[in-house]
Amino acid sequence: MKFGKIIGNVVSTVKVESFEGSRLLLIQPLDENYETVALPIVGIDTIKAGVGDFIYYEISREASRVIENTMNPCDVAVMGIIDKKYVAEKQVISKPHAVQKVKK
Amino acid sequence: MILGKIIGNVVSTAKVKGYESKIILIVQPIDKVGTAIGKSFLAIDAIQAGVGDTVLVVEEGGSARAVLNEPDSLTVKTVVFAIVDMIS
Repeated sequence: MKFGKIIGNVVSTVKVESFEGSRLLLIQPLDENYETVALPIVGIDTIKAGVGDFIYYEISREASRVIENTMNPCDVAVMGIIDKKYVAEKQVISKPHAVQKVKK
Repeated sequence: MILGKIIGNVVSTAKVKGYESKIILIVQPIDKVGTAIGKSFLAIDAIQAGVGDTVLVVEEGGSARAVLNEPDSLTVKTVVFAIVDMIS
């Protein structure tokens, strides 16, 4: 799963019937510091995420299981909306697996 | 399987059915010495790994469901399933 931000809606009426009634959102892939890492992609949303929400999404064949009719071509699915995110400050680790000081 | 280090976690209440009780960790892939390589990603915790642990992550749906013993209808792909004590 990867970080992402919803940057738009995708409206499509003529589409494969297994996509009937599902919402398509435009997702901007991000990294853990919310910096852009790739070009926007389109994903299916089943949890009513809106534009501007920070989310995490899943890719590949697994993503198609969020829709009942799993015979569908979906390969990106929004899995959840992020409320809070905690990232320990990144340290270049000199000693392998040194105990890391984590700022509270 | 990916060797990685837990660098944080994510709190999220609105998520897909089946993820309610799951903890979501942020994993940074590392090399043998521990320096970060590549981009971080998110994974579901199956073994209560904490921030700073070195872990192994599986990135395939079938095995992820087997680790979490979840039904086939759940979308799950990346799961933390082991804590690494030492790499020599």
